[in-house]
Amino acid sequence: MKQNNTPLLQVKDLRVEYLTAGDPFAAVQDVSFDILQNEVLGLAGESGCGKSTIAYALMRLHKPPALIRSGDIRFEGRSILTFDAERLRAWRWSEVSMVFQSAMNSLNPVMSILGQFSDMLKAHGKISRDEIIARTAEMLKMVGIPAERMHAYPHQLSGGMRQRVALALALTLRPKLIVMDEPTTALDVVVQREILQEVLRLREELGFSVLFITHDLALMAQISDRIGIMKGGEIVEIGTTEQIVTNPQQDYTRALWSAMPVLEQPKEAGANVR
Amino acid sequence: MLDDHVDILRLEKITKTFHIKPVFGPAKTVEALRNVNLSLKPGKALALVGESGSGKSTVGRMIVQHYEATSGRILFEGSDIADIADRASQMKYRQAVQMVFQDPFSSLNPAHTIRHHLQRALRLHQPDHSGDADVCRILDEVGLDPKTTPDKYPHELSGGQRQRVNFARALAVNARLIVADEPTSMLDVSIRKSVLALMQRLKAERGLSILYITHDIATAEYLAEDTAVMFRGQVVEQGPTSDVVGAPKHSYTQLLRAAVPDPRQRLLAGDSGFSSHAKDVREASAHLVTGMIEQAPGHFTAQQ
Repeated sequence: MKQNNTPLLQVKDLRVEYLTAGDPFAAVQDVSFDILQNEVLGLAGESGCGKSTIAYALMRLHKPPALIRSGDIRFEGRSILTFDAERLRAWRWSEVSMVFQSAMNSLNPVMSILGQFSDMLKAHGKISRDEIIARTAEMLKMVGIPAERMHAYPHQLSGGMRQRVALALALTLRPKLIVMDEPTTALDVVVQREILQEVLRLREELGFSVLFITHDLALMAQISDRIGIMKGGEIVEIGTTEQIVTNPQQDYTRALWSAMPVLEQPKEAGANVR
Repeated sequence: MLDDHVDILRLEKITKTFHIKPVFGPAKTVEALRNVNLSLKPGKALALVGESGSGKSTVGRMIVQHYEATSGRILFEGSDIADIADRASQMKYRQAVQMVFQDPFSSLNPAHTIRHHLQRALRLHQPDHSGDADVCRILDEVGLDPKTTPDKYPHELSGGQRQRVNFARALAVNARLIVADEPTSMLDVSIRKSVLALMQRLKAERGLSILYITHDIATAEYLAEDTAVMFRGQVVEQGPTSDVVGAPKHSYTQLLRAAVPDPRQRLLAGDSGFSSHAKDVREASAHLVTGMIEQAPGHFTAQQ
């Protein structure tokens, strides 16, 4: 994989706090990390460790009572914390996009798939109806959905298909970074594998970086180049996938590994599938 | 009373057809289950594995009488549950068979304390044992703090703790069979194993039988002696877990097995064969099962 060493995104000493009736609660405590060009960075940790808060803060989608207290987020060297509303709106989706945790439910139920593409494309520049249709068809085909399904409504698609639509939407404007917050949690393993395979294929084809957030370490190890382990709002360990899998340094990382059931025997019977 | 040869639960040629009449569009029928045979021995666990829509939850719901079978029989300790006529035996059946649902966030009443949830079950089925001491004993058994938990509301507990309360509720009525419908799939991976360990312990110590419904074949290996794999409403492979999960013979089970995330195996962009292979296997596995072939003692695969 071609990988450039200049970071696409730099997060430095990021601190996100939730205002409460008492003292503010720091969900993300002075976290720093980089995402390189064309890299898949995984962020793992149990519920409530702050990984989704980071995802939202990166796109400045966090809403009060959450606020970025200190630190900086730089995208290609520009600090996104200084963007005004208009610039932010243009920047989101065209340079950084997001596949949400419940991507299945992030589609508008009363709008056809074409309508959702049309909305997004129109918001990012002048485009004719024919072009919208052509673009939608192209993107749907790219994620393996027949183009004629663009007139379907979300409830007429299966969970896996909706997830693919969400992915297609996120890829349409060729962003440089896609934030995926537990994109496959609600799917069964076969569909999950198909979608991740798709993401990797598209990355090869289009070239983009991914911030992949999940609590499933095994899944993360399969697709990430580097993995960060989070606990209580801090990154306790960050390293290459190889190192996190074979030689974790922190007790917490080891505890996370031992907390999940993994198939014991070597896969003999399944080997012919690959 | 019960000798070991009698299955606690037995499904014989179960078929379930749903007739759907949508507001718009034509009515249609869905064959949710086609000729399903399953059996579960006392004190053992049977894992029912399959993707969403394979009919595995329908099986669970039929056992707790949410649905009636279109045809076939469900035998509990040897007697057909469709024959239960009077209220007393109905009550007895409901006491013996309890269900734990997938979503720990919606299966407890948010307006009541944990004490209320457990005492309600106790009063209904064991009026003599509904005191605070009994609530504490049951909470202790599922690994929750008996001192602080009774006065808590569901929102004060984590998902894993709430799932433990659901198991406590099933224990409170002295259930002998628990139908656990994806009890761990909405929980964090990091606490999944502890809930599985709880089920393992209940099975070993209390002799509970468990029908464990899941889409995660890795957890089946951890808990169940026997495994049945379902696809499109039919059982395609069943037998001892060590055979079915360890050395699957049916192509769908092999696919399921290969798709389980393995940290030692990197996914590669060029590996596009998986999707097309998955499609082929799905198509082949959807055909009507014409018979079962015995691969090894007790290990059957479907002939299609």
